[in-house]
Amino acid sequence: MSKNTSLSRRTALKGLAAGLVAGPGFVRYAQAQASAPIRIGFQAHRTGIGAAYGRWYERTTSAAVKAINAAGGIGGRPIEIVVEDDGTDPARGAEVVAKFASQHKVDLVYGTLFSHVVAGSAPTAGELKIPYYVVSEGYHIASGKMNRWCLQPGITDVRAQVTSVAPWIAGNLGKKVTMIFPDYAFGYDHRDYLPAALEKAGANVVAKIAIPPTESSFTRYFPQIPADTEVLYHVMVGPAVLTFVKELGEFYGSGGPQLFGFIDSLEAVDINSPGLEFLNGSHFWEGSPRYAQANDSEAQKAYRAAVGIDDNGASVNDAKDISTAAHMFGCWETLYVIKQAMEAAGYRGPEDRQKLVEATEAITTVAEGPEHPQGDKVFDGRIHQVFGHQNISKLEGGRLNVVHRTSIEDGRYEPEADYTTQSF
Amino acid sequence: MGFGPHLVLALLEGLVTAATLSLTALGLSLVFGVMRVVNVAHGEFFMLGAVIAWAVAAGFPGEPALGFAAALVAAPLAVGALAYASDRLVLKRLGYDPEATIVATIGMLYILQQAALTFYGADARPVPAPFSVRIQLPWFGYSGYKLFVIAASIVLLAATWLVLSRTRIGLIMRATQYDAETAQAFGIPVEKVYAGVFALGAMLAALAAVLVVPISQAHYLMGRDPLLLSFIVVIIGGLGSLRGTLVAALLIGLSDGVVSMFFSPTLAKIIATLAVALVLVFRPQGLFGKPAR
Repeated sequence: MSKNTSLSRRTALKGLAAGLVAGPGFVRYAQAQASAPIRIGFQAHRTGIGAAYGRWYERTTSAAVKAINAAGGIGGRPIEIVVEDDGTDPARGAEVVAKFASQHKVDLVYGTLFSHVVAGSAPTAGELKIPYYVVSEGYHIASGKMNRWCLQPGITDVRAQVTSVAPWIAGNLGKKVTMIFPDYAFGYDHRDYLPAALEKAGANVVAKIAIPPTESSFTRYFPQIPADTEVLYHVMVGPAVLTFVKELGEFYGSGGPQLFGFIDSLEAVDINSPGLEFLNGSHFWEGSPRYAQANDSEAQKAYRAAVGIDDNGASVNDAKDISTAAHMFGCWETLYVIKQAMEAAGYRGPEDRQKLVEATEAITTVAEGPEHPQGDKVFDGRIHQVFGHQNISKLEGGRLNVVHRTSIEDGRYEPEADYTTQSF
Repeated sequence: MGFGPHLVLALLEGLVTAATLSLTALGLSLVFGVMRVVNVAHGEFFMLGAVIAWAVAAGFPGEPALGFAAALVAAPLAVGALAYASDRLVLKRLGYDPEATIVATIGMLYILQQAALTFYGADARPVPAPFSVRIQLPWFGYSGYKLFVIAASIVLLAATWLVLSRTRIGLIMRATQYDAETAQAFGIPVEKVYAGVFALGAMLAALAAVLVVPISQAHYLMGRDPLLLSFIVVIIGGLGSLRGTLVAALLIGLSDGVVSMFFSPTLAKIIATLAVALVLVFRPQGLFGKPAR
């Protein structure tokens, strides 16, 4: 042993020389400012109602940054993430964006999920002229009601998701649909765009039941569900979803309509929790499948390993720590879009922020691969929105199996806006 | 579904709300009545009860009834001990000054809430009900456990009433509530009574939470609604009045159940808030409260 560890004078000199060449001092001298890190402000839901999502958005972000930096960073510069908690609160969200711009002096802001926080923060991003890359899936940005600094290049918006799954619902589950949705922006995206998409497919919405987001008991709403309902379309977000399902089960017993839900309700929740038995055999939308599928691509497998989730979509360190797999892939993919756009724009610093937005707008297609493990996508620069494949999964045998994957075209709609005509 | 079954469902739901609400509000009312302390952290004691119930129940996997029974004992004791300690460490040192204790309990609210976030996490976690019986009515099914919650609350409320009105401890508490100075002059250890009442109030909240947690879930933000509703109930019923608290909880619970089912939950909240405003204007001491001396 001592032979291996002993240090000869020659090795020491070699090491010293290598150190002098590769040492941080020399590198910095050689590359000057060009190797300073790119600072990305991560607006994270560490606390508040979105905290479970926030935890996994942070893990996915760290994994993606690690992968990008290991492969040379962005144009040779490493990424540095600066995290600020927005409390899943719109007012705090706006403050966080301002803090990123003026105090942390980051290059851009990224990572917001909850739609009301996006809506609250976007005006500040526009005023301070700082690019704002969200991973929200809300229709806000694509609707054209935000501003040119806001982009959503990593996850499909709700309008497209809803539009793409509607024909499958009408064709496979039933024609008379009752919607149950949260009584705020995210729920309205569903309420506003599902009916038209269903009608196109020969089905119709027979009742729309809005539920206040703070509600903790649901039995009282169930009498509003028409008796002739064939499909119950449910989107619930928040901690009360387990109650919702349980009470639904108590109300209907073994009968009742077919269920189609958005996994948003059950992100970070073990699908085999007590009380969720009623969901057995029902269907869910998933952005990216929680459970490993038989036909997973190599890229998907590598992504899951990098983020640290097992075949059941739980943390590899804690089988009870369920991920938000259907959404968090958007963080991974958004960071790679930022990398792509920055490199295309020859981004040097905050003075190139406008170029960065323009370079993102110029992206048209995104190929499937390690950088985009969820699948290929089309980006519409006019509405700053990406469109991808959606998955419909069936809950059976205690896991979610993908039974249908929509095409990108299924979700496309006529853009209602064009950000590229707006001035910066 | 016809009007009759609709109403039955609304009343059942309202009774469940009223049952747990009366337990929670009774704790708040006791603390205010005896100590003149507005305990803003009351909802967090409720939340802690639920969180501890989850932790205890998790220790009995596969045996929900045993886990629930253990939680029913352990959660109130743990929360009561914490409340006792916070009374000794915080409220006592402030001399139970009404304004200072409001600020102090706001501080406790945040400390408890953030501690729960740090140590328990942001997830809503389910606690299995001790038994799962589904009662099939001709028009719809209903949870047997919810009926149990109503019955259990009635038993617990009756027990509290017995303690307050029929035991020596209750007598001492009522004496302290009536006039703390005179009580002290008669040799009642007022400070110990205060600490005990604060613990008892928190324990009632924790008990309500243990009953509720198999219906909803344990979540670190779950304390807000019970706190608001408890305040509404206590203001309407009259501070410090057990009977008033019960009547007001029934009123609020049932009106919430019926109004929110036939109209909208928002209207139910509006009506409850309006009732508070009307009571404050026309009968500031509450329906069953005694005017301040």
